[in-house]
Amino acid sequence: MTKPTRAIELTLAWLAVGIPLLWGVVETLRKASALFH
Amino acid sequence: MAALLSKERTIARPGFSRWLIPPCALATHLCIGQAYALSVFNLPLTRQLGITKSIAGDWRLTQIGWIFTIAIFVLGASAALFGKWVQAVGPRKSGFVAALCWGIGFLVGALGIGTHQLWLVYLGYGVIGGCGLGIGYITPVSTLISWFPDRRGMSTGMAIMGFGGGALIASPLSDFLMRHFASASSTGVVETWVVLGIVYLVFMMGGAFGYRVPAGDWKPAGWVPQPEKAKVLITQHNVTPGDAIRTPQFWLLWVVLCLNVTAGIGVLGQASAMIQEMFKGRIAPSAAAGFVGLLSIFNMAGRFGWASLSDRIGRKPTYMCFFALGTALYALVPLTGRIGSVALFVACFCVIISMYGGGFSTIPAYLADVFGTKYVSAVHGRLLTAWSAAGVFGPVLVNYIRQFQIEHGIPKNQAYNITMYIMAGLLVIGFFANLLVRPVADRYHERAVPIGGPHDRRVPA
Repeated sequence: MTKPTRAIELTLAWLAVGIPLLWGVVETLRKASALFH
Repeated sequence: MAALLSKERTIARPGFSRWLIPPCALATHLCIGQAYALSVFNLPLTRQLGITKSIAGDWRLTQIGWIFTIAIFVLGASAALFGKWVQAVGPRKSGFVAALCWGIGFLVGALGIGTHQLWLVYLGYGVIGGCGLGIGYITPVSTLISWFPDRRGMSTGMAIMGFGGGALIASPLSDFLMRHFASASSTGVVETWVVLGIVYLVFMMGGAFGYRVPAGDWKPAGWVPQPEKAKVLITQHNVTPGDAIRTPQFWLLWVVLCLNVTAGIGVLGQASAMIQEMFKGRIAPSAAAGFVGLLSIFNMAGRFGWASLSDRIGRKPTYMCFFALGTALYALVPLTGRIGSVALFVACFCVIISMYGGGFSTIPAYLADVFGTKYVSAVHGRLLTAWSAAGVFGPVLVNYIRQFQIEHGIPKNQAYNITMYIMAGLLVIGFFANLLVRPVADRYHERAVPIGGPHDRRVPA
């Protein structure tokens, strides 16, 4: 039985991991900026 | 429950998008990658009794340091011990077990912290959590390679990038939680570990139940396996884990991984102290912490970038880059100190650490090329003992050489120079070990069943 993956499933899956990762990168870059001041 | 976790229940239906697999792998690795941020708890753990300062009976840093060491050692050991089991049971069951171990490890560890029993923390985070680390680390590897035979490096690079990214999440998250839970009677560590344990358990379970394995006859649209002789170092056969460890290629790759990791892991642990001592008076502690953060980002980026590049230029040339460029950069570091160039020092280490990460993420694809895809998780698991060895060897080498230099009158800002040259020397050895890797002899192949042939079963037994 064919059950194509829906775009919304792909989007939600990637957002579920992408948002925390992006938050972590932003927070780290914010702290890393102290190196250049 | 057993049926729900069986590999047969995870065979993907026609129409399933393989691009759902990397998020599942990332869900696993982003959680277990917290291990690289464990040091954020070091100082608070030294004042669990005194709360605002250490008092008699509080744990010392040297005791607390063993938590990480035990976890990394158990990571390597459990990956080696359970690699065959992971391969056999499939990603849902192994991901489920990894999630339980990682989450329960935090909860048992929290109990140990709350009752001030360090052995319970060693058992919880170190042993139980360490098993979660090892099983979780190798769980997605063979699944990703089977879904992305055309992009082995990129796919495993995405997952293992998550391990680097996990620390970027865990460090600020742990800070936030500890500040939230801290009170006059608590450093906030116990509560933070309970929250982390539950959050990671839930997240990893999501990943575990999201994994699917391709049906036996599936391959990417338009992809045709390379003819047998087209790329010499990409085998069309499989080597069992038992036979793999009898090949010289396995031990050459063990040396390759061990030396690449040794060269990076020692300096990673000392990065903050190193930049402050080499550029005394010019780098504040906050800037040094920023330097460590920058290294984490390059560690993560290198895992994805170098592994993806290896799909284009090959695994062996990729490692040649690591060793040749790494040698040159380590040899350059003492010069950056002599000329006082912080920018050049930072640039050297950002590239070095990117290659440290790249070495981790490219090795599964290298193993699949050399030993075939059927047993890659099991072989990878055994190879990760190289990480355990490097995890002990690297920091000891850096710390003891530095201490030896200082005790013999070398100024602190020059105490790392010999270490840098020694690291460069280790990478030269690694270069030649990589150079010696050749195709595995026919006698080690498992009853030659070429990929894509009529008897090929993509889903391993």
